[in-house]
Amino acid sequence: MDIVGLYNYWIVIFLMMAGFYVVIARGNLIKKLVGLNVFQASVFVLYISMGKVTGGTAPIIAEGITNYSNPLPHVLILTAIVVGVATTALGLALVVRIRQAYGTIEEDEIHKLDDDS
Amino acid sequence: MITEHFPALQIVIPLIAAPLCILLRWRNVPFGIALVATWSAFIISCLLLGQVMDQGIISYELGGWAAPWGIEYRIDAANAMVLLIVSGIGSVVVPYTRNSMLLEYIHERHYMFYSAYLLCLTGLMGVAITGDAFNLFVFLEISSLSSYVLISLGFDRRALTAAYQYLVLGTIGATFIVIGIGLLYHATGSLNMLDISQRLEINGYDRTVVAAFAFITVGTLLKLALFPLHLWLPDAYTYAPSSVSAFLAATATKVAVYVLLRFFFTIFGAEFSFETLPSGPPLMALAIIAMFTGSFVAIFQENIKRMLAYSSVAQIGYMILGVSLVTVNGVAATVLHLFNHALIKGGLFLAMGCIYFRISSHHIDNFAGLGRRMPLTMAAFVVGGLSLIGVPLTAGFISKWQFVLAALDRDLWWVAALLMMSSLLAVVYVWRVVEQAYFRSPPAGSEAVTEAPTSLLIPTWVLVGANIYFGIETELPLTVSRMAARALLGTQ
Repeated sequence: MDIVGLYNYWIVIFLMMAGFYVVIARGNLIKKLVGLNVFQASVFVLYISMGKVTGGTAPIIAEGITNYSNPLPHVLILTAIVVGVATTALGLALVVRIRQAYGTIEEDEIHKLDDDS
Repeated sequence: MITEHFPALQIVIPLIAAPLCILLRWRNVPFGIALVATWSAFIISCLLLGQVMDQGIISYELGGWAAPWGIEYRIDAANAMVLLIVSGIGSVVVPYTRNSMLLEYIHERHYMFYSAYLLCLTGLMGVAITGDAFNLFVFLEISSLSSYVLISLGFDRRALTAAYQYLVLGTIGATFIVIGIGLLYHATGSLNMLDISQRLEINGYDRTVVAAFAFITVGTLLKLALFPLHLWLPDAYTYAPSSVSAFLAATATKVAVYVLLRFFFTIFGAEFSFETLPSGPPLMALAIIAMFTGSFVAIFQENIKRMLAYSSVAQIGYMILGVSLVTVNGVAATVLHLFNHALIKGGLFLAMGCIYFRISSHHIDNFAGLGRRMPLTMAAFVVGGLSLIGVPLTAGFISKWQFVLAALDRDLWWVAALLMMSSLLAVVYVWRVVEQAYFRSPPAGSEAVTEAPTSLLIPTWVLVGANIYFGIETELPLTVSRMAARALLGTQ
């Protein structure tokens, strides 16, 4: 198996697991969002790697070039990036509101406040 | 002809109406826009269903770009049914929102509420109508993002944490789905659902496709809240505003079930999903656990809205049970239950909203004596509850009966027995409310409570009445769900 040649996929797996771990393990709401972003970024890299054709160039018609990379996954991931930005913005807005309502952004403290009330 | 463009209009009307609500924010204009947009979406989906039943599958090429390169809207009986559920519930709930918002302190930002509501409707209908896998993801995120906003509008501060939790879990689910779709594209080079399934049959199913299947299944199960991935659901439904709970409980998880059906049967094919990979037994086991834990936890809830939310977890178990049978009867029962459960839970959550409007509480202790003080609301709750249990002459009975028949069809008599047993648990939790409301007198010195306003009662009774209507007049939902199951399984 070609391990070094598939390095971008190893990066994908590393980022995916790291992001996922942060989402699960961290109690700070902002850090959770950071983890979520890393997790999503891994998917971006996955899609972009997929579109690469060995020896292919950017898909612009020019003389003497016959081999192009597939632009479709790249375009798809532009949409996914927009979705990711919207998710992050909404998540941060919610954290601001949570901080106003609870005075903290630590998950365990929020749970404690909820249990007491 | 305009009828040709109904599939596009179905999505475009609410999509354009959403920003209009923000631009034209004076007085009741946003409410009017939402009313017109949802009702026209409902009428279109009725006409589309009629068209599908008469002429078979409708294929619509957006912008005239031929599939599989362009995005195709492909409507068979299954899509048409889901579209009808979503737009139907959406249009019934809009008139309800106006008064119920007054109490929940969001009326000063009502235009944003309607904008998010219409976007959510657009997203849910988009998921149901599209024949393109990536387009499905985009619509799914439109609906999810707007539903996080809608949930966070709840009056209790816990609505914010519920929305945040749903955002994190929902995004993980959606990202899993998009990884799966990416891997499918990797394996087949196509995004059109039909094209993917044809190419898979020719190219064979390699390891990439198995990985795609795993990612998509887990992502979708997270979105549809199958036990043990249901953790976001109880909080989200409990703390959201009443009208939002009713709308989301009746539509959001239903659409996710539809996504599962579409991926399992149309894209991967029943043979790969259930024979090459043994998905049937684990799904059935989780479904049965969901049926029992959901109902069992519901029995012990003090907050009645939360009780209804846990009951939803149990009902999702029934739907997945139907899928795991992998027969036309089983899938037909699932599709039928999508429809019936939307009516049941929509009605119950709306009745819950009526009660909250008067007593400002969801706690069971405050229900004492409500049977006499709010007779129409409590009657609606009781009829909805009977339908939830599956008493004959209600819609709930028809779908439970179909599940039992489908299980017996496969000689799984013990599954049929478990189905009946879990229905008995529903009797227990519905009875708790009935006992409190009808057989306890209100605490001495409590404030006088009157019947909920008519503007709230009418939508509630429309949905509750539909439970009785479709419990007696079973022809239409049975025919459509059977057509849908055949379309999904690809048998005639």
